Amino acid sequence: MKNIRQKIAIALSVLAILTLTACERPPVASKQTGYRGTGMDQVNNPRTQEQLAKINQIPAGIPASPDGPKAGAVYQNVKVLGNLSTAQFGTFMVSMTSWVAPNQGCAFCHNLQNFADDSLYTKTVARRMIQMNQNINGNWGDHVKVTGVTCYTCHRGNNIPQNVWFNPVEKQGGGMLGNKNGQNDPLVGSAYASLPNNTFSSYFVANASAARIQGGTALPTGHEASLQSTESVYGVMSHMAHSLGVNCTFCHNSRAFSSWEESTPQRVQAWYGIQMLKDVNTNYMDSLVAVFPANRKGKDGDVAKANCATCHQGVNKPLLGQSMLKDYPYLAPNRDMPKDSLHSTAQ
Amino acid sequence: MEYQNLFTQTQVTGPASRGVPINDYDMRERTRSIGFSHLMGRLGNAQLGPVYLGRLGVASLIFGMTAFFIIGMNMLAQVGWNPLQFVRKLFWLSLDAPAPKYGLTFPPMNEGGWWLIVGLFSTISIMLWWLRTFRRAQALGMGTHVPWAFASAIWLFLVLGLIRPVLMGSWSEGVPFGIFSHLDWTSALSIRYGNLFYNPFHMLSIVFLYGSVLLFAMHGATILAVSRFGGEREIEQIVDRGTASERAALFWRWTMGFNATMESIHRWAWWFAVLTPLTGGIGILLTGTVVDNWYLWGVKHNMAPSYPAIYGTVSDPALKAPSAPVATGEKK
Repeated sequence: MKNIRQKIAIALSVLAILTLTACERPPVASKQTGYRGTGMDQVNNPRTQEQLAKINQIPAGIPASPDGPKAGAVYQNVKVLGNLSTAQFGTFMVSMTSWVAPNQGCAFCHNLQNFADDSLYTKTVARRMIQMNQNINGNWGDHVKVTGVTCYTCHRGNNIPQNVWFNPVEKQGGGMLGNKNGQNDPLVGSAYASLPNNTFSSYFVANASAARIQGGTALPTGHEASLQSTESVYGVMSHMAHSLGVNCTFCHNSRAFSSWEESTPQRVQAWYGIQMLKDVNTNYMDSLVAVFPANRKGKDGDVAKANCATCHQGVNKPLLGQSMLKDYPYLAPNRDMPKDSLHSTAQ
Repeated sequence: MEYQNLFTQTQVTGPASRGVPINDYDMRERTRSIGFSHLMGRLGNAQLGPVYLGRLGVASLIFGMTAFFIIGMNMLAQVGWNPLQFVRKLFWLSLDAPAPKYGLTFPPMNEGGWWLIVGLFSTISIMLWWLRTFRRAQALGMGTHVPWAFASAIWLFLVLGLIRPVLMGSWSEGVPFGIFSHLDWTSALSIRYGNLFYNPFHMLSIVFLYGSVLLFAMHGATILAVSRFGGEREIEQIVDRGTASERAALFWRWTMGFNATMESIHRWAWWFAVLTPLTGGIGILLTGTVVDNWYLWGVKHNMAPSYPAIYGTVSDPALKAPSAPVATGEKK
């Protein structure tokens, strides 16, 4: 009798321990962000925050004087940064190397016998990416504000940013079984849910559909969105929340997800982020499809593209909101132009 | 004093009871073997069997296990027939409904065909099982309360998988067969149709669900508390109260001014349980068919409070001319 009780007790304790391994240990900090009763708050684990603070430190910038002879006049084949001083140009090349190719050095992009040579594809890509930085910082202030981005925001010392996506390839062949339906797999693309994965090509490229699946009237008036498209939106929204380390109520009042009036200003900023991704992926990444070698492309023959996680990497402001543009002002050529229409109208 | 414990302390075992004889056919269909299990006796009756399987039971099990088998094979194929991956990803794996483009037609097997077949087989299986409970209740001369309560759950099942998809004109509205996937489906249904919490039939269903739990706790506690006075002999006490009933009734009149009776408490419990899926099914049936956005419906009927705009004015950015070159997304 006693033996059975002991066995049951042991089995239950093991089960309890196993169940608890999925939990984070308390205490966690929660902060109310919405009106009382709406349940809008953000929950943060201070120990996770400490880790995030460590991995989101920015590298020291290298200031350089804008005075002196221009790079375009001194070096050959300078197409994008020709109006920089040679001092700025040199320090930027050093910085860029440390951000993107710290192990390979100059040779990652340059023919060391002739630096002006464009024979390496990486140099062509890098040039286009500098233009992309200038475009984001100059034209997408609605999303990046004055913090802006540099190569480091995404690359963090990697040749290819750690969080990129390729077009999913439909399973070929006439199998009778085994259709995962693009979901039901614990992948980061849907924040490890059973929701549709890798739906980025439906939202983050030019001419992609809007994520508006709720109808605008109480009774049916012809708004048709299927449950599958709802799950797809749900999946990409889970990706957004997971990438930013926040929950739904960071942007939405969950009682009425579609209502802009009840949403936070962050939702507007996120909307501009989606538009920015369309610009980045279609006009910058996709434009390089002929430049990249096959081993850098996805199964669909497409180039790596960006999603929210590419820059954000688990925090709602990339690099915890620290700007690196102070030492690299030429990455934001138009930043003085008033692009911040959100804040000027919302306040 | 044994009765005072929250867990069953007494276990009475006697000679095997073969049950009332009904007729030769019935006796033939009952299993011969009867077992006793001490562990089962801690939860319920220690005697296992006789089981009555019969033709309905066999047919129901065949259809049900076929459906279960098809789901399992689909899931195994999704992980490339790797049993370890099957266990690891079991909660994620799912057999999904067809895509919206197929409407109410029969899709290719790998794109929802299996889902339809599983739906048909599981529906047949459940219907046969219902008939079985009905026939067995009749055979024993019982009322048919159990089958009708079961029918209430079947109603919700049919609304979710058959009636509503047909009314919506698409099998894609049906529920996937999977552990996480059916939960995600539930959430997606609520999101698509503007928050099911504003659906009054959903509210009723929750009332009856939580009410069932409350009644269950109150009744269970009351009977255990008076079992030292013979309170577990509830049925006799319907007509012959005795001190257990009187004490229990007085307790509730003292504490809340009113008491159910030994008979009516079971009607309370039965109706609360039956009304949970019944009202829930009505709520699901109305979703998408006659109401598209429950939140806006709630606003229309003064049911949803409005909150102060603590963030200032937030408006749809797609309605404004974007200040940066938008790589043309669909704007509404």
